Amino acid sequence: MMLRRGEYHSFSGGDARYLYLVPSAAVVELDDVSHAVLERLATGDRTANELAESLGARWSGDEVRSSIDELLGVRAIHSVVAPPVAPPSVKSKRSIPLQTLVLNVTSKCNLSCGYCYEYGEDRIVESGTKPRFMDEATAKQSVDFMFAEAGDSPSVNLTFFGGETLLNFKMLKSALAYAKQRGAELGKQVNASLTTNATLLREEIVDWFIENDVGVTVSIDGAREQQDKFRVFSNGMGSYDIILPRIKDLLARHRRKPVGARVTLTGQNLDVVSIYRHLFEEIGFWEVGFAPVTTSWQREYAIEDLGFQQLLAGFQTLAAEYLSEAIAGRRHGFSNVRDTLEEIHKGMSKSHPCGAGFGLLGVATDGDVALCHRFAGSDSHKLGSVFSGVDHAAQATFLETHHIDNKTDCSTCWARPLCAGGCYHEAHTRYGTTTQPNLHYCEWIRAWTNTCLEVYGTLATKRPDFLTHLS
Amino acid sequence: MRHLKSINQKAQRIEGVLQNDVVALQQGPGGPTGPHVPLGCSFVFSPGWEVDSNGGTAGLCQPVERDLFDCHITCFWPAHVPDLYNHAPDWTAKCASAQKDWRKIDLVFP
Repeated sequence: MMLRRGEYHSFSGGDARYLYLVPSAAVVELDDVSHAVLERLATGDRTANELAESLGARWSGDEVRSSIDELLGVRAIHSVVAPPVAPPSVKSKRSIPLQTLVLNVTSKCNLSCGYCYEYGEDRIVESGTKPRFMDEATAKQSVDFMFAEAGDSPSVNLTFFGGETLLNFKMLKSALAYAKQRGAELGKQVNASLTTNATLLREEIVDWFIENDVGVTVSIDGAREQQDKFRVFSNGMGSYDIILPRIKDLLARHRRKPVGARVTLTGQNLDVVSIYRHLFEEIGFWEVGFAPVTTSWQREYAIEDLGFQQLLAGFQTLAAEYLSEAIAGRRHGFSNVRDTLEEIHKGMSKSHPCGAGFGLLGVATDGDVALCHRFAGSDSHKLGSVFSGVDHAAQATFLETHHIDNKTDCSTCWARPLCAGGCYHEAHTRYGTTTQPNLHYCEWIRAWTNTCLEVYGTLATKRPDFLTHLS
Repeated sequence: MRHLKSINQKAQRIEGVLQNDVVALQQGPGGPTGPHVPLGCSFVFSPGWEVDSNGGTAGLCQPVERDLFDCHITCFWPAHVPDLYNHAPDWTAKCASAQKDWRKIDLVFP
């Protein structure tokens, strides 16, 4: 039987060698004989007998053959005449329970960030076509919709998004109170969270966060110079000096849930290490997450190739710090690496890049339901309404056409179990369609995934107990 | 497993499946020492095998897909495909998954 290498990505961590198997997303550690078998197969197909013979000086034939059996079992190698057939994608027979509902409580914002996808040059929803604020009736209907779609799930996540969410604080209060009341009646836990630019934080609002266990994420781009490049008021004034005291007050008082910072990176703001230092070490956020700005390529704030390299170097520096802190038993706040480590540990092999369209839905100010908050209000991405329910036919068509099996470009990429083509909104902005994989950052994703795998492998060697925290 | 160590949760699940694999052709005396290894397509994929090595049907003989991506390279059974070594090396480049993408395969004329 002629043997051939299967689909995997090899990496090392600590002193060990590992395989990341594709598409199963299993991570296995290799012993010396298995490593030697794969090395031999790297130069061409070989039979088991040829492998046993060529490695005979170091290992017995039985040892080599048992290693081959195990490699075949996990599909790291396969018989040339019988390559593994990918299982056909099976549609779930059960309806998909909703886990997270994102309410776009307003499309209005008191900042005028130059890169904003809601208002900027790449906006999807034309202004003036939808109400600027969600009213209380629509919010209550959204809560009822959430519980109806959640099925048997014991808990639901209700997230408020905008615009600037706190411009509609009165409605937030009534919507969450109603959700908690209905949750208590139905025996379901309601986890609430929101994103804010922090300009409108005041004592009463922080009190409400504390009383209701609201998870808070603050959109902030770094220190004053970094923040004020894009995150400005409509008169051009920077927002840093306004938000800093408010954030400090929030962090000092709101201890019930960790408060995170969410940074938008642009071609002009890529120094992730200094941003992290400022937000985590100086201001005191619990964690800091970074995302490149979503934009079409011709915008001046788009991140170019060299920018992606700089970004990667910064991410790798923070990942190395995360690793040494984890080994030392201390917490590091770089959430991008933590999120990826969790996915690696579970062995997630994604059919779709994210939960948008099934576990997560977004609601526009008028009650229209969309894939996620980024598409809320777009008629061409509508999946129903909180008043009439989910359009299950449209949802099924969306999930089928966006399945990883339909992304031919991804079919040979080892990182596809984790990436699955990337953000729909990014693809829509960049290529004009949600079905297109985000080919402009493939190299970046592979390099970053490899870094996270190396961190994972090193932790598996040096702090195996840490992996249990990732479950 | 002796040579591979399962590290993440998915690997542990796969290991659990392998330990309980259904074995059709036993390899030598003493029972199976590992997962079943097919000895050539005629053994495993011939009609008459009701289940594949995973206990499902996805790996059974499906002539179209097998002819396209397997038989024409190594199998004794003749398959009419273009000369992929000289004239049409990319004839299946757009075909990521034979079951779904077979319409995307290029028509090649001699």
